[in-house]
Amino acid sequence: MSSVAQKKSFGSWLWDWMTTVDHKKIGILYFLGGGLFFVLGGIEAMIIRIQLLTPNNDLISAGLFNQIITMHGTTMIFLAAMPILFGFMNAIMPLQIGARDVAFPFLNSLGFWMFMLGGIFLNMSWFIGQAPDAGWTSYASLAITSEGHGVDFYAIGLQIAGGGTLISGINFLVTIINMRAPGMTYMRMPLFTWTTFVASAMILFAFPPLTVGLFFLTFDRMFGGNFFDHAMGGNTIIWEHIFWIFGHPEVYILILPAFGIFSEIFAMFSRKRLFGYTAMVFATVLIGFLGFMVWAHHMFTVGLGSTANAIFAVATMAIAVPTGVKIFNWLLTMWGGSIKVTTPMLYAIGFIPSFVMGGVTGVMQGAAPLDYQLHDTYFIVAHFHYVIVGGVVLGILAATHLYWPKMFGTMLNETLGKWTFAFFFIGFHMTFLIQHWLGFWGMPRRVFTYMDGQGWNMANYISTMGAFMMAIGVLILVYNIIMTSIRNVPVANDPWGDGRTLEWAIQSPPLYYNFPQTPLVRGLDTVWIEKQEGNESGLTPAVPVQDIHMPHGSIIPFLMTFGMFIGGFGAMFRTETSWGLPLLIFGIAWTFVAMAARSLIDDLGYYVPKEEILEDMKRERGRK
Amino acid sequence: MADIEIYEKSPGEFQAGQRRSRKAMRAQVIMFSLMIFLTFVSFSVVLAYNADVIGFSKFFVIPVLMLFAAIQVGLQLYYFMHMSEKGHGIPEMFMYTGALLAFLIVLTFVTIVWWN
Repeated sequence: MSSVAQKKSFGSWLWDWMTTVDHKKIGILYFLGGGLFFVLGGIEAMIIRIQLLTPNNDLISAGLFNQIITMHGTTMIFLAAMPILFGFMNAIMPLQIGARDVAFPFLNSLGFWMFMLGGIFLNMSWFIGQAPDAGWTSYASLAITSEGHGVDFYAIGLQIAGGGTLISGINFLVTIINMRAPGMTYMRMPLFTWTTFVASAMILFAFPPLTVGLFFLTFDRMFGGNFFDHAMGGNTIIWEHIFWIFGHPEVYILILPAFGIFSEIFAMFSRKRLFGYTAMVFATVLIGFLGFMVWAHHMFTVGLGSTANAIFAVATMAIAVPTGVKIFNWLLTMWGGSIKVTTPMLYAIGFIPSFVMGGVTGVMQGAAPLDYQLHDTYFIVAHFHYVIVGGVVLGILAATHLYWPKMFGTMLNETLGKWTFAFFFIGFHMTFLIQHWLGFWGMPRRVFTYMDGQGWNMANYISTMGAFMMAIGVLILVYNIIMTSIRNVPVANDPWGDGRTLEWAIQSPPLYYNFPQTPLVRGLDTVWIEKQEGNESGLTPAVPVQDIHMPHGSIIPFLMTFGMFIGGFGAMFRTETSWGLPLLIFGIAWTFVAMAARSLIDDLGYYVPKEEILEDMKRERGRK
Repeated sequence: MADIEIYEKSPGEFQAGQRRSRKAMRAQVIMFSLMIFLTFVSFSVVLAYNADVIGFSKFFVIPVLMLFAAIQVGLQLYYFMHMSEKGHGIPEMFMYTGALLAFLIVLTFVTIVWWN
């Protein structure tokens, strides 16, 4: 492989991307796949807001509205937010710890394809007009009586995508434990790596319950099981427990990487070491642990009794403590720093008040008696959009601007970036702030329309206008991305000029083997330390230049997943068509054949010869 | 090809390695016999309970069986799956975290959710 550009046919380009096991390319695939679903989920959100623009609106029917809110939630959580964060983790985390790739490049590819085909499977439901309609939580009482194949798509699609997530999580854990460069102790890891680590550990413990729950649901819906049918001795409520034992950690799995991204941004653009690094790490781990101990606060009104409600209320409020530690540490990082207001920094500064508002309403709902009043109103909708959009999505947008040069080798336009921020941020508060009051005024969530004369008209109108502003912000970002990609002005190693961690000491985008020589890490913010001591490159090599072992690409992950994909359709249509059962068996057999191929064919990878690396290093010196 | 390093052990290192292996083997055999013995005791206790031997009530038999089961799991992990050796701190931490989470969740159900 040569780094000189070669003209390639479309077929070989496509083959290259479908078989890649390079963490940087898989990061880009996650980012683009997640971006696609983000736009889909955004369109669904716009339809919801337009439907609620005026009272007694009949733009869409009640049934379709249920499908759209379900798919909006499911898509945004499982297919947009998580994969985009996975994209950043994949693209950046191995660079931050000085590794050449993740621990299991093949599994990384498998994880991506399982997410992508699972997401496509879920969205195929639109084509037969039977999308999931039991809400993103898919409570069993609704889900097992839902007509059509909607919930079947939910159960099988999320099963496939969830498997991919679990695989990626384990992969990140092994990578961080085993592949840190010499000198990179745990307490020298950048915060984004730390949050990736904790989020991956949470994935490891949280996704198995989801898998079990989805299997129960699959059996109940498609194979005559009765896990959730109380008339047959099952337990309807147990789904809610299983779902939230997974679901509450899931929201921390989303927010922790965003915290990590903001920690990097605050330190970078305040030109200061992160304040209270140790406390930040400790708070991250504590949030991760406590996240498993609070699931029943989603179920206060189920009737668990006052003992359970009281204990879960207290546990919930406890989480505010480590989160508060983080907020103060970010503020104190900025305190006395030489702040540079770039687009990522704007998002970071906007994030603090937004997320604190979401956190405060969270503690309000954590008080069980108040939750009885707020339950199933728009107050809840406002709360979780404040934490998810005000936390996770702002983090994703900040990281998009921050890491764009590292992932694609060119800078997004800063002026347009600030316009995106302005529209998105103002639009976000306009959409969701007023929804707190809508909740107080009694508007229930998940209703497809409302009557005139209840005092909700103006608030809903404002909310929809805000949604349009957010859409404009995203459109500006898309325009920015297209224009930047067309101009494609290459940038240097550290285009922001304030990089502190290892990813900013190598080319943008990095060579396919990342580091010509594995770096030696001499402290937290190692590149910053090196530069302060006059080492222009920011890197001290830990080993001599030598041959580098690299993995081969493989199409097997795609084929493996494709078997599950078609097998899923077989399971769904098993009882009503003659081809259902054969297709199910064929799909599973296909997957097993692909697995066997992977096990039986030895693939020992290849070596990048020393001469090529020396050549690349010489060219790199020549560029300066 | 990569530069392949060949590392030759000194006679002292070689002997130390052999001593370590012998010690590990001895520990394995001792633990194996202990596990067989515990299994034997477990079966005997159940037989005694079935034969209505005085003193072998279910309040004695069940806790004993649970205790022995826990010991067996520990021996299995630490000796036969080599967790007692160096470099297993991280797997240990993850296993105990998982066990703790599972225990706390089950405890929550049986104490405050299902019987409030």
